[in-house]
Amino acid sequence: MSKLRLIIQREFIAKVRNKSFIIMTFLSPLIMVGMGALVFFLMQKNDEKIKKIVYVDNSELFSKADFKDTKTIHYLDYTELGVEETKKKVEEGDFYGALLIPKQDSLEILAKSIEFYSKESPGMSVMNSLENKIEQKIRNIKLTDFGIDLDKIKASKINTDIKMFNFSGEQSSKLINGLKIGVGAIAGYLLMMFVMIYGTSVMRSVIEEKTSRIIEIIVSSVKPFQLMLGKILGNASAGLLQFFIWGVLLFVILTVVSSIFGVDVVEMQSARVPAEQMDAVKQATEGDKGQMVVQEILKLPILKLFVLFIFYFLGGFMLYSSLFAAVGAAVDNETDTQQFMLPIMLPLILGVYVGFATVMNDPHGSIAVLFSHIPFTAPIVMLMRVPFGVSWYELLISMALLLVTFVFMVWLAAKIYRVGILMYGKKPTYKDLYKWLKYKG
Amino acid sequence: MKNLLEINNVVKRYGDYTALNNVSLAIPKGSVYGLLGPNGAGKTSLIRIINQITMADSGSVILDGEKLAPHHTAQIGYLPEERGLYKSMKVGEQALYLAQLKGLSKSEAKKRLKYWFEKFDISAWWNKKIEELSKGMAQKVQFIVTVMHNPKLLIFDEPFSGFDPINAQLIAKEILQLRDEGATIIFSTHRMESVEEMCDEIALIDKSNKILDGKLDDIKRQFRTNTFQVGLNTQNPLEVERILKESFKVYPSDFKLLNDSLTLNVKIPTGKTANELLSFLTNRGEVQHFVELIPSANDIFIQAINKNN
Repeated sequence: MSKLRLIIQREFIAKVRNKSFIIMTFLSPLIMVGMGALVFFLMQKNDEKIKKIVYVDNSELFSKADFKDTKTIHYLDYTELGVEETKKKVEEGDFYGALLIPKQDSLEILAKSIEFYSKESPGMSVMNSLENKIEQKIRNIKLTDFGIDLDKIKASKINTDIKMFNFSGEQSSKLINGLKIGVGAIAGYLLMMFVMIYGTSVMRSVIEEKTSRIIEIIVSSVKPFQLMLGKILGNASAGLLQFFIWGVLLFVILTVVSSIFGVDVVEMQSARVPAEQMDAVKQATEGDKGQMVVQEILKLPILKLFVLFIFYFLGGFMLYSSLFAAVGAAVDNETDTQQFMLPIMLPLILGVYVGFATVMNDPHGSIAVLFSHIPFTAPIVMLMRVPFGVSWYELLISMALLLVTFVFMVWLAAKIYRVGILMYGKKPTYKDLYKWLKYKG
Repeated sequence: MKNLLEINNVVKRYGDYTALNNVSLAIPKGSVYGLLGPNGAGKTSLIRIINQITMADSGSVILDGEKLAPHHTAQIGYLPEERGLYKSMKVGEQALYLAQLKGLSKSEAKKRLKYWFEKFDISAWWNKKIEELSKGMAQKVQFIVTVMHNPKLLIFDEPFSGFDPINAQLIAKEILQLRDEGATIIFSTHRMESVEEMCDEIALIDKSNKILDGKLDDIKRQFRTNTFQVGLNTQNPLEVERILKESFKVYPSDFKLLNDSLTLNVKIPTGKTANELLSFLTNRGEVQHFVELIPSANDIFIQAINKNN
């Protein structure tokens, strides 16, 4: 047991002292926050530029009231200048674009014959907003023609907000569902990244011992299984340490950033929600939205998620890194690992895809449930499902399956590892690996 | 208990390939035991079994009267042929780690390492990384790591490869001193001159089988051919050679003397003695050279392997 402790210690120290670990640990949260700030900043900058759009309305149906200026788009009536002159002005670059509304006999034809000229192709959002305006106007005219009172239509408008409940008494809403998706996706994705990064780190460490030829000296003192286990646990501890440091750093940085710049983190997020949706949310809550989001986040099972993340990280990591260790033992150098890496990476990537594709639509659908029980994808998919509430027996079954599988995989990988570490020269085939499994002692 | 290590009928197979076929050896306490054999004979397989890196399929290994068990790794020191150290780890840290894996406490390991580092005059390397040292320097560290826990049994696989003659001499001296202090040494090598120099007993393994073992002197006696190198200063060398051939087997010589003497290799047939040959020679001239041709370890190695093939 003390030998195992020595090995874990050495692996941990070797990993933590490594420059790339230090850089990754302390720089990535800064980079992440920096990137976020940059995106936010660029979005602000981008929106600041005001687009001037001129319109020529020969139909005489529209008025200035239909083209209200927004923060980013200003409308100018150039009907008197005429179509050709206006087009010229746009071509000379005075304006962003020209909306040309011809005179037509029927509204149906008019709807199809409006044109927009611009020097550069316009953004989707500009076109959508123009089309919306015209559609709305024409619809209103038609409604009036049918003799329908527009005021009554306005009065009949009502916003529905179905309140969602589950039987543990939690109230949820579309917003919190979005949050759950976000938190689950981040946890699942983070887990995959950790398994990949630390798994390859285990593999590299095995290859290093092989190429430096110290391996035979080590295994004359300890059992290969102990060495492999020590490596895996040492790297796992380094991974957990990094995870904790990230958590603390992110918290500190966010606190500092928001207090210095007075930027409400929540505002930053909601800035990206499209305007219409914002309106809906605003009307629905009638309260301080920021406060509500914070409350909703606090309602998420953060502690449960945290504990499960640690469990699934350790379980998933043990499962995969033992395979990585076996691959490292089978080859002489890193370039030879490609062929064996693919089958290891596939289930990880599949987990993330299945998670994104199914959990978001239906967190308790049969596919999502199935993949959250298959041990190779369970750590990722289950973490994505957890924010939506997973029954304890499902969690227990999934965790038990993971435990049993990783014990089996560690045992299997150790057999390949044990033989592989002393083999040099020829790159082994899958057939060789199978043969190694059958070697005695 | 006369033998420190007894290997009884050990068999090791890898799939269809038999690496060791019923090999038995007895290694006396306090001896330097040469484990010889061509490449791929099965030496490394045997050494790995003794080190419990792999297990024998059948047969037993007894160390100092006890069946080989995991705790015995602390009593064995092993310098593999393919050896190395963690390149980016500091010399001292690394030696401490390996010593602790062999069961030494940290303070005890520090004390022993200090002794050896001073003995080899390499204390200044303690905080250097292995990648900063030359190959010979790294080999010295490797030697220390092998012996620092005072093991009962030391196994050296080609210990001199990579050493310059001066350091090889130093290591050879250390190995013999360790034997004198009570350690038993298994010494695997291809370099036959070092076998002559160091080994008390040898075993020869070829194609997974042991084909020869015993005290080096006994084996030499066994391979003795009763052939003498003879140098004679005579007036009539052709005549002497002709008469000599009537009673002895005569071969052309494979050595030279400083003057133009007649030189021959003469084999004494059964029933005749060396004295008879000597008196024949003294009667015909001045005997300048008369030495029994003792088979070298090299000769024995080649002969035995050829015979086995």
